[in-house]
Amino acid sequence: MTDPLLRVAGLHGGYGATKVLHGIDFAVDEGGVTTLLGANGAGKTTTLRAISGMIRTTGEIVFAGRPIARLPTEAIAAAGIAHVPDGRGTFSELTVEENLRLGAWRRRDDIRPDLERMFGYFPRLRQRLRQQAGTLSGGEQQMLAIARALLLRPKLLLLDEPSFGLAPLIVRDIFAILRTVIAQEGTSVLVVEQNASLALAIADRAYLLETGRIVLSGPAAEIGRDEAVRRSYLGY
Amino acid sequence: MRAPLLIIALLLAAAVLPPIFASGYQLFQLTLVAAYAVAILGLNLVTGFNGQVSLGHGAFFAVGSYVTAILMDRWDVPYWATLPPAALICAALGFLIGLPALRLGGLYLALTTLALAAATPQILKYRLLESWTGGVQGIVILKPDAPFGLKLSGDAWLYLFTLAVATLLFALTANLVRGRIGRAMIAIRDQPLAAEAMGIDLAMFKTRTFAVSAMLTGVAGSLAAVAIGFVSPDSFSAALSITFFVGMVVGGGASIAGAVFGAAFIQFVPNIADQVSKSAPGAVYGVILIACIFLLPQGVAGLLRHTKRA
Amino acid sequence: MDGLLHQIFSGIATGGIYAAVALALVMIYQSTHHVNFAQGEMAMFSTFIALTLIQAGLSYWLAFVATVAISFVLGALIQRVLLHPLANAPVLASVGVFIGLMLILNALAGWLFGTTLKTFPSPFGAGPAMGGYVSRHELGSTSVTLLVLISVWAFFRFTRLGLAMRAAAFNPASSRLVGIPVARMLALGWGLAAAIGAVAGMMVAPVVFLDPNMMAGVLLYAFAGALLGGITSPLGAVIGGFLVGIIENLAGAYVVGTELKLAVALVIIVAVLVLKPSGLFGRTVTSRV
Repeated sequence: MTDPLLRVAGLHGGYGATKVLHGIDFAVDEGGVTTLLGANGAGKTTTLRAISGMIRTTGEIVFAGRPIARLPTEAIAAAGIAHVPDGRGTFSELTVEENLRLGAWRRRDDIRPDLERMFGYFPRLRQRLRQQAGTLSGGEQQMLAIARALLLRPKLLLLDEPSFGLAPLIVRDIFAILRTVIAQEGTSVLVVEQNASLALAIADRAYLLETGRIVLSGPAAEIGRDEAVRRSYLGY
Repeated sequence: MRAPLLIIALLLAAAVLPPIFASGYQLFQLTLVAAYAVAILGLNLVTGFNGQVSLGHGAFFAVGSYVTAILMDRWDVPYWATLPPAALICAALGFLIGLPALRLGGLYLALTTLALAAATPQILKYRLLESWTGGVQGIVILKPDAPFGLKLSGDAWLYLFTLAVATLLFALTANLVRGRIGRAMIAIRDQPLAAEAMGIDLAMFKTRTFAVSAMLTGVAGSLAAVAIGFVSPDSFSAALSITFFVGMVVGGGASIAGAVFGAAFIQFVPNIADQVSKSAPGAVYGVILIACIFLLPQGVAGLLRHTKRA
Repeated sequence: MDGLLHQIFSGIATGGIYAAVALALVMIYQSTHHVNFAQGEMAMFSTFIALTLIQAGLSYWLAFVATVAISFVLGALIQRVLLHPLANAPVLASVGVFIGLMLILNALAGWLFGTTLKTFPSPFGAGPAMGGYVSRHELGSTSVTLLVLISVWAFFRFTRLGLAMRAAAFNPASSRLVGIPVARMLALGWGLAAAIGAVAGMMVAPVVFLDPNMMAGVLLYAFAGALLGGITSPLGAVIGGFLVGIIENLAGAYVVGTELKLAVALVIIVAVLVLKPSGLFGRTVTSRV
């Protein structure tokens, strides 16, 4: 058995005195889409923040064979983990083009071919290139955030609730594009979602998070058939 | 929370002793400590308790001093009767300065008050005000004698008078910050959004606090002017405001007793440092200020509290 | 009319100095929401370094470049040592450190270099230029400050590092996620602000003479300029700086005389807070209590 791309073991963490994660174990395989499901406050966003080194944690995080739990956020990004944070992390005061250039900030090579590819996925961004990113619609900002993250050329892409705050039609668009992007870019993805059916539809493997612990794991299709999951998270 | 009344009574008893053994100059220095303590208490109210940084309290000290000097010089008003008008004028001035700056919060008050402090000597020297302020020369006022035929030296009487006024103002302020108003001040400093949600009009509350704070520091200026017997524009430069700020941080922000430590610090430390070199007081202030912020964020008062608990 | 033009031109010259210091202030404000009350004393100290280098025999421009470089390093060091640990401290702590720094630099300059007024050379000479409307030094110093302001703008606008510094100022969390070392960007920003301040100090010193209190007034006008233009807008701060220079000169010549010059700064500050708190070009100020 080959080592997974990302392995998390015994992860604890939280904000100040408030502990959110109580010993989490899971893995993300190379080339696949993994999803973390769970209710509001289960610790999904906190888990992603822990991986990116945005909060203090104890436990093990190994990425591509290298322990990263003690690295600062910028070094984790440099190691190849791109993170689309909750709230999308748009640089609102800067232009769309500058946002994209920032995504590729760590790279020294020519980013134009990659930019062109992003415009292929998200044609809207090309039209908005000179516009202040803060003036984009929610859906456009989500597209910008994904493009920005992909320009890092990450080995692993962390997506925090790509559907959050968007109209159902826009969500459908974004997930359709995501499916194409994932297939074509070959990036491994860890996506966190409240909307479990959306996430399960694009994921290979799923974990269910409840109050800071993993309570269930398995292939996405299997999890989607699980009685309890269906009742609590899929609503049928 | 309440400091034992016994300790306060003992300290006060000790504070009335100096006239028995201290020299005139020493009494004069102690009088200034009492006045500075009130000035720093005023600054502490708005900056320590309410969290709004003022770098210009020297200006209110100056106005208090000048109101007293002008009233005594031109209208022969007795020194004690000049305190209420000085207090009122400084409170009004504080309100006017605070209103635009505190509406915006953050560092705007610090910027505005620093500009006020820097402009103060120039305004006091301004020729259109010269007939009142005495221009660059300033105003000399007569040091009052002890009243009621008391057998006290002028210095001793002024010391006791200043001590009494200071004690009264400290008691009133301590009472103020312990109550509902004090809790609101601290809430605005630490949890502004929550305070606003509780229905406090932040800008107005901060402005009122600033006015009270300016009033205290203004009265302190009056007391100091009487003790020194002389006011002149250049004794109220921006450096004075900075000195109060240093005294407040060193004594301990948000601490009533801290104001006394801060006052003793700014009265005695520069004299000691001055013997080393002319530039030394500034450097000593700067180094101690930064050291306090990193090592002693609660100031001397906080240090004492901790040692007592330990 | 000639008199008025003359006042305006020399207002532009001093305004350039205010603009430079205002820009330094706004750069630091944008990235950390701190107002660097020691910015003026840092510039004063830099100017003393320049004078020392010139007296040691360096040519003016060599000393100029060396001073800018030294100031850059000192500014970045101050950020790393003093400000970095206070990133999340209350306002009072950061203001206290700035005031402490101001006092220390002022005292240190007096101790090392003396408190007497010193003449500082101008590389442009003192004679008249442009038909007598301005002096050669005014013309030269305005050109230098403009050049500095344009270079700073170009740096932020067109370079990879400048983009990262802007990003780090606006959105530190997202900047880290794209791999920008934010702490280093803040130190660079401080270095840059100190370097800009150094240029302002060297340009104003020939006019006002050099002593440890040289920059006290300049700092206030720079505050006024930054607020007038909008403390959230670097371009606004620059324009505000120039405007304040002109207002100060005109008020000094026609309204209040030179004795009330510092009160002019106070009046501008209060007027901006009352009439247009966001400044001419700034974003609306949300009360950051």
